Order: sequence, then C-alpha cells, then structure tokens
Amino acid sequence: MSTPLLQTPLHAWHAANGGRMVDFSGWSMPVQYHSIVEEHQATRTRAGLFDVSHMGRLRFSGAGAGAFLDRLVTRRVDNLAVGKIRYALIVNESGGVLDDVLVYRLADPTGTPYFAMVVNAGNRQKITAWIDSQLSGFDAAYVDETPTTAMLAVQGPHAIEMVDPLLAAPLAKLGYYTGIWTEILGAPCVLSRTGYTGEDGCEITVAAEMAENVWTEILKRGASLGAKAAGLGARDTLRLEAAMPLYGHELTEQIDPYQAGLGFAVNLTGREFVGREALQALKNRADAPRRVGLEMLGRRIPREHFPVQADGAVVGEITSGTFSPTLQKPIAMAYLPPALAHEGAEVEVQIRNRLEPARVVKLPFYSRS
Amino acid sequence: MKPEELLYAPTHEWVFLADGPDGKIATLGVSAFAVEQLSDLVFIDFPEVGQTLEAGASFGEIESVKSVSDLYTPVAGEVLEVNSGLADALDTINDDPHGAGWLIKIKVSDDAGLANLLDFAAYQKQCQEAQ
Repeated sequence: MSTPLLQTPLHAWHAANGGRMVDFSGWSMPVQYHSIVEEHQATRTRAGLFDVSHMGRLRFSGAGAGAFLDRLVTRRVDNLAVGKIRYALIVNESGGVLDDVLVYRLADPTGTPYFAMVVNAGNRQKITAWIDSQLSGFDAAYVDETPTTAMLAVQGPHAIEMVDPLLAAPLAKLGYYTGIWTEILGAPCVLSRTGYTGEDGCEITVAAEMAENVWTEILKRGASLGAKAAGLGARDTLRLEAAMPLYGHELTEQIDPYQAGLGFAVNLTGREFVGREALQALKNRADAPRRVGLEMLGRRIPREHFPVQADGAVVGEITSGTFSPTLQKPIAMAYLPPALAHEGAEVEVQIRNRLEPARVVKLPFYSRS
Repeated sequence: MKPEELLYAPTHEWVFLADGPDGKIATLGVSAFAVEQLSDLVFIDFPEVGQTLEAGASFGEIESVKSVSDLYTPVAGEVLEVNSGLADALDTINDDPHGAGWLIKIKVSDDAGLANLLDFAAYQKQCQEAQ
C-alpha cells in the first residue's frame, strides 16, 4: 500500500504553473517548471525562487532546550546569540551521521528567545523519533511546525533587492547565517540569510495560508530582474556545484563527519554530546575513504552508485552526479581512499558498460566571488 | 516531417518509412513529447554506420541532466547513416525533433515491428495519459 504524497502549501501553484511533480522523500515536489539548466542559470546570474516547505521545521521550548540541543548536535549551540544560526550534525552513538541540520536561536515577535531547527525532509520522522528518545531528563519540548508553515528560498545575486522592499525590516543589514522575526507583505515571518545554492539569498518561513501570496508577489517583483521559479532539479545542480552534501547521498549513518569533510561542524571539546566519544576515536583515522569532487573528461554523467575504478579495481562509488551548467561538463562527488583523495588523481567511472575517465578536483566546483 | 505522418513506439521513438533504391529505409528520431520531458539534453550516443540492428535492440542512448534513456529501434536492418553532427548541437533535437533532429537511418531487413507502433493520434493519447 502506498501512502499519499504530502503536499506543500504551494502545491496548487506548482501544478497550475507547469511544475513537474515528483515524489521527493514522500512529498509531491516540482523537479522543474521548464528547464533545469535555465532555472539553474537564473539563480546563478539573477534569482531563483524555491519552495523548500518539505524541509522539517521544529520549534523548541523549555528552559532546558539549549542544554538539550547541545547534547543532540555536534557543535555547541546553547551559547548562540539571539539571531544566530549554526550548521551542525546529529550523529548516533557510533558517530554515523543521522542528519545535517541548522539550529536557530530566534526571538519571537514578543521578544522571547527560543531555539528552532531545520532538518531534512526525508529525515523528519527519524529525527523526531530520535529527539523523543533523548528528551527524557531535560526541561524541553518541541513542536513540529512543518505542516502549518511554508518555507521559501530566494537565492541569487538579485535575491536581496527583490525581497527587501516587501519587508518590515531591511534584509540587506542581516548578516550571513543570521535570522530574525519580521513581516513580509504584512505577514509575520522568520527571515534568515541562509540557503543551499552557493549564492547569496534568504529563506522565509511564513504561515501556510500566507505562502501563495508571498510566493507570487516575490515572483512578480522579481520578473523585471529575470527571476524564475526553480525546482528541486536546479536546487540539486546548484548545491552540487557548491559541493554541499545532501543527506542520503554524501551523508548516511555509515559515514562519519570527518570523511565527509565536515570536521568544521564538530566541536569535541568542553561538553558531552551523543556520539562524542566515537567521533573522538574516528577523528584521526587515516584509512577512511574521503569525500572528493570528480570532473569527467567526457560528456556522460556519472550518477549515484556508479562504481569508481583505479588500476582496474573498484575503489569507491559516486554519491551524486550531474551536468554542471556553470562548468559545462559532468561533475560528481564520491568517496575515495585517501591515496586517491587528492587533486589531480586519475580514476575511471563505470558508466553503464563503459569506463569513462575522470579527475579528482578541488571542492567546491563553484564558489561565488 | 509532419508529426502526423510518423509512427511512434511506446518508448517515444518515431519512425518514418520511405522507399529506397533497394528496399525500405526507416528514419528514426525521438518524439517532441519525449524531448520536452528530457528537456536539458547533454549527451547522445550513436551506433556505427554499417552495424546491423535487430528489431527491439538499443541503438544508442540520450542523456539529459535528469536522466538517461536507451533508444530502441522497432525495425531490424543495417545502419545507413547517423546524424552525428547532433552530438555538438543537441539544441537541434529540442528545436526540430521531427526534422533536423533525426537520429539514424536504417536499411530495413524486417519491418514486422512496425505492427506494434502507434499512429499520431494513439501516441498523443498515450502521452496525455502519462501526464
């Protein structure tokens, strides 16, 4: 028996505007409206508007919420100043990655500080169950606000000037990885300078019933600047160029943060958290496969699970691959043994019945200057 | 070629059959519907000229940002010609899938597979149902 797909508050708009709806982690989401490459280029050069309402949004309360989150994630968060946002990981007792998340410290419209967390759509049930299993002993609780809110991402060089006129507080003054409660078109919202494309921009969380108005107004204002609605297809090519890991691909419970190149998101000192001891032991492991970037010499796209070979032996596999619209060539990420995890290493990717040459390159593939 | 004059495989290849000097020649391409679905083409792979293909065999693949699809021939025969210039001009397939975007020509040795093809109206119906 199949479960009906979940729908975001913008589902009707997507369906009426050419969105090709696909099943993404149990949600009916637009993979593209017209062309993935056009939506990608619009985001890199102008602005793209993404519905990211499928992401899980949890709001915490209780005097012990900070202490609880500190125990849950791999970086210290109980000392976050109001308005600050931190990328962190949730790992299990063996140090395997359960999810990568953003932890927010916000002040609600009455000025009361609280913590919030955004988790991956596909991990929402797993993480809420994990939280439930860890909460005992803490004065903390949470509400899953995913069904009652919508989340929009506006990304690209024109994103800020598009959104700013609609806001009660100027977004231009908001630093990277900070967030506030403000109003957009009169609707209360959480506005943060965050994203998953490698571009400047913001994410906006509003009540579900306000979502379509906010979405269509942003698009209307952005039209003269060349902004486009963009689907998950472009979101994937954008994040891949920016070498941002995607849970289920570069991150799994079998991968530890150091292999994934996410050591910056782990702080082992000064406190206890779930998985700390395991991570301490994994930290200096020299033999673990590492996340690398690959550039193909040919035109065929290496896709997830395709084997990577060196000297005739399988040495790893592709975790994500696509055609990079910016570089105009196929790119991929993979896990490779340390001996091959350096710039310039030559490998081959088994693409169906052929071996295609590839080269290890520095990550990210793209960074805005 | 007019889309109404072509025959279509359920796997979205089109076929145009014409009389050649010694037998029938089939021109094969990918339907406008399939090209629209693929949208961002990045790669196409052709068979060798002179290669013999069986009916139902894969003669190449077409890849877009999103996915890769095998290309199948409904007729058996020898590959007479491939539109190899498309490899560096994939937009031609998007712009004119039923004309300049043709893929290969086959000297037909067995056209029994044509019986499984759809005419334009039936193919359109299949596409509408797929959406």
